[in-house]
Amino acid sequence: MKFAVQVNEGPYQHQAADSAYQFTKAVLEKGHEVFRVFFYHDGVNNATKLTTPPQDDRNIVNRWSELSEKYSLDLVVCVAAAQRRGIVDEGEAKRNKKDAENIAPGFRISGLGQLIEAGVQADRLVVFGD
Amino acid sequence: MSILHTVNKSPFEKSSLDSCLKYAKGGSAVLLYEDGVYAALKGTNMEDKVKSAAQGIKFYVLGPDLKARGIADDRVIDGIAIVDYAGFVDLSVESDKVSAWV
Repeated sequence: MKFAVQVNEGPYQHQAADSAYQFTKAVLEKGHEVFRVFFYHDGVNNATKLTTPPQDDRNIVNRWSELSEKYSLDLVVCVAAAQRRGIVDEGEAKRNKKDAENIAPGFRISGLGQLIEAGVQADRLVVFGD
Repeated sequence: MSILHTVNKSPFEKSSLDSCLKYAKGGSAVLLYEDGVYAALKGTNMEDKVKSAAQGIKFYVLGPDLKARGIADDRVIDGIAIVDYAGFVDLSVESDKVSAWV
């Protein structure tokens, strides 16, 4: 079955970023397909490569990148939510005249249409948030 | 149409479980996870409400989130099934859609 996952909460905030990851991982391990994970609102903070959690803590951002690498997961960050919160890729940095980018591997910045498409294409859309 | 309703807030902090139960139809399922697991415990003032709702709705609670809060399985109201993340996935597949009461 085809799943889409929406994440509305940032990492280390409450538990939604963890729940979304564990759910997505379980979906993939069961052999289902994940059409896309869409990061919206504070969820876009899951995509910054500048986090450095203590070594004995889980690394929420790297964990997404690793899952994306292993399963070719499409991790999409909402552009408007990302601009507000300072999540920037090379293209956005150029467009908005910023001197740095911070998007973690496996993530890409795109529009809300990607969430709508995921909702249409997937059999189930599962939302995690605070 | 069967819907899996997911509730991640404690009923002692937020009203999302109350709202969910107001709209959930008989034959649907409710999964309690994150702080929502507190609604699944025996001996709270939510117990009667949950038990009465459980006559038409099937209740599930996420085991890893019970464990993360130091709650032993025997404190869960009888009839509420304990599932893991794989079980959460199965419930999503079995239902026609998933509605998150975040």
